[in-house]
Amino acid sequence: MSAQNTKPDHLVLLVATRKGAWLYHGDAARQSWRVDGPHFLGQIINHLVLDPRDGRTLLAAAKTGHLGPTIFRSTDLGQSWQEAAKPPAFGPATNGLAARAVDHTFWLTPGHAAEPGVWYAGTSPQGLFRSTDGGVSWAPFSCINDDPQYRQWFGTVQDGTPDGPKLHSIIVDPRDARHLYFAMSGGGVHESRDGGHSFIPLVDGMAVVEGFDPAEISFHDPHCLRQCPSNPDRLYQQNHCGIYRLDRPGSTWVRIGRNLPTEVGDIGFPLVLHPRDDGTAWVFPMDGTEVWPRTSPGGQPAVYATRDGGSSWQRHDAGLPANQAWWTVKRQAMTADREDSLGLYFGTTSGELWHSSDEGRQWSCLARHLPEIYAVETAYPG
Amino acid sequence: MPSKRPIRAEWATSMRVLIPSALHSYTGQAWVEATGATLAALLDDLERQFPGIRFRMVDEQGRIRRHIRLFYQRAMLFDLATPLAADGELLIVQALSGG
Repeated sequence: MSAQNTKPDHLVLLVATRKGAWLYHGDAARQSWRVDGPHFLGQIINHLVLDPRDGRTLLAAAKTGHLGPTIFRSTDLGQSWQEAAKPPAFGPATNGLAARAVDHTFWLTPGHAAEPGVWYAGTSPQGLFRSTDGGVSWAPFSCINDDPQYRQWFGTVQDGTPDGPKLHSIIVDPRDARHLYFAMSGGGVHESRDGGHSFIPLVDGMAVVEGFDPAEISFHDPHCLRQCPSNPDRLYQQNHCGIYRLDRPGSTWVRIGRNLPTEVGDIGFPLVLHPRDDGTAWVFPMDGTEVWPRTSPGGQPAVYATRDGGSSWQRHDAGLPANQAWWTVKRQAMTADREDSLGLYFGTTSGELWHSSDEGRQWSCLARHLPEIYAVETAYPG
Repeated sequence: MPSKRPIRAEWATSMRVLIPSALHSYTGQAWVEATGATLAALLDDLERQFPGIRFRMVDEQGRIRRHIRLFYQRAMLFDLATPLAADGELLIVQALSGG
């Protein structure tokens, strides 16, 4: 590894795709990028995350189309990988409930800064897992995996996303390691204040598909939940049924996507927050009409930004294709760095990696011809 | 048809096992040797030799994964309790599908 790649301020984009993972090492100006990959060519990588606490532990949630799921771990930025000794796996059947098997790990979240080595994982079907040894071994976490009420809220496979219902958006409050959130597609948003011993739903104000009862937790489909780094009492959410904001200790979500243009709508998957401004967020709307094409509305991709907590939205499409671009961006595939001139990044379902170094006002394509991109994260190796 | 004759554990000796290419990252080769009086025991021995390999083929509830096929004496096996004789070969293949 070159010395350049071990500088603490060295930015790396971690790109997880349907057929492997790639790392893009940026220079200080974020103008040139050195590609490293593929890693795990042919394997489905749902998430690739670097531990910000040590700047060296890299975890990859992996599966192939023909083998069971696992977690790979690297401490040298992907030069070598070791498989988890005990990947996430459900326990035997309890409470008279059907036994379940993990199809894939979908989401990885490093634990609290005061709990080095702790990681959380969300799976499909919905399950919550925890590691206390940096991702080497995993165990079912909390009561929810085998709780009869939660089993009901998980719904069925038919209720979830096309490749299986998912537990995602695991959030650890930076002020309190015992304060946790997660979301499920489907199954709503949930909160714990006791370190995961118990969770309660947090869905008031969230809409469900017309004709269904919002009181039924399993009908809620949050796509992406984020907590403001600069104000952990503020949450934003991109949902199957709109964009929302919640200011704690309040418990009723407020729909803030209504002011997006009607022809665009406020349906989508990813949502990114500014690391230093709790009023600024970016979304990537998609076509959620009729049969849900899940493409850019009208074939004209655009990022929408709010600078006032969702009261108004501005379209950012400079540099993006003007038309006939029928891709979209998945929930984990859009992120920000932490530079003064904030950089934004997204990966598309058509395998393109896009970059803005001015908070989304101007976009340029950083890479093309990758497999379908599932997740993009930024990392600063230490 | 596979033999239904129960095989006592002490009779089980090393057996050739064909590993599918998707699992060569564990074994480093296509053919390996493993021991087990039953399919479950043989997979346990593979796991002992090549940590992690069993979970890629069998889920946490003991079910053979959807795209894994195991053939023994020209018959496909579905039950981990199936007894194995020492004179056979176990063929593990992946049922390729999708794109």
